[in-house]
Amino acid sequence: MNLSSLVIPVLLSAVAVYGLGKRVDVYGALTHGAEEGLTVLLRIVPALVGLLTAVSMFRASGAMEWLSALFAPALGLLGIPPETAPLMLVRPVSGNGALAVASDLMASHGPDSYVGRVAAVMLGSTETTFYTIAVYFGSAGIHKTRHTVPAALAADLTGFAAAALAVRLFFGGG
Amino acid sequence: MEMAWVWTGMVTLSLVFGLLSGNLDAVANAALEGARSAIELSLSMAGILCLWSGVMEIMNACGLSAGLARLFRPLLRRLLPNACRDEETLAAVSANVSANLLGLGNAATPLGIRAARRMARGCGGVASNELCLLVVLNTASIQLLPATIASVRAAAGCAAPFDILPAVWLASALSVTAGLLAAWLLSHGRAER
Repeated sequence: MNLSSLVIPVLLSAVAVYGLGKRVDVYGALTHGAEEGLTVLLRIVPALVGLLTAVSMFRASGAMEWLSALFAPALGLLGIPPETAPLMLVRPVSGNGALAVASDLMASHGPDSYVGRVAAVMLGSTETTFYTIAVYFGSAGIHKTRHTVPAALAADLTGFAAAALAVRLFFGGG
Repeated sequence: MEMAWVWTGMVTLSLVFGLLSGNLDAVANAALEGARSAIELSLSMAGILCLWSGVMEIMNACGLSAGLARLFRPLLRRLLPNACRDEETLAAVSANVSANLLGLGNAATPLGIRAARRMARGCGGVASNELCLLVVLNTASIQLLPATIASVRAAAGCAAPFDILPAVWLASALSVTAGLLAAWLLSHGRAER
């Protein structure tokens, strides 16, 4: 059994038992909240259609490979293995895409190799930035995102460089 | 507005590269495929979204989220002073942070959205400094137990899939700090309009 499989069932039952102990209509509250979830979903859909259309086109056009090759020399200077360039490009736009690219890197370099470890740490220390931005601002009805995108990308870039740094620090190699 | 630039840039680059590499058929198909997959993704996350919104409602009703809010208030008061004045926003942000730490990304998103919707009220579609900060916090990963990555590593034949944990924590801490710092610097550089 996986320890993380424990989290969700335990959380659900603990909240329900506690609520019932406080004489709260747990089931009524659950369905009422779920109803609200549906209205949120309705506002997320347009943002997702826009984002995923662009991401899908971008990946099919081959621009990703070209950009990876373009960035590779600069990555060497930052101490980031150039093999991870495709991962860094996919990571902000597609969670599943990033997972696929990272599995591929781990399969071809080995999960305990320098590149394999950096790929895993990159995956663990960053999020699907543009998806998050689209979903949050889409549902909140925000059109002017101001400095969110540059700040979020600064966090991603730091996360990528820090992933390579942390792996060298804890495991050596590179 | 930045999203408008990102979107236009991606679509235009796709057209240019599709033309240059002769992949234009694939690009055209991908556009339609992407739009279709957005609906698929929305449907697949609909249940999860509703479930966690419901759990949040239970937590509100029985006082659990107020307890969670008390726990996170000292930290969040510094990061999001205005949002913390509203009890329900603070509760939603606290729940969002807890879910993120537990690695429950699927739960964190509906909870964070709940907070974002409250924080966006009456601001006319312009993100406030604090809303930007909340979103930046959520675009940077703060999970303590990256279970998905561990399972990918295990699938690739790794004997100790969790041995990268200290490296993940260090990299996450640095990236969150950089994000918060960048958001803070940029919000002071540009006046709130």
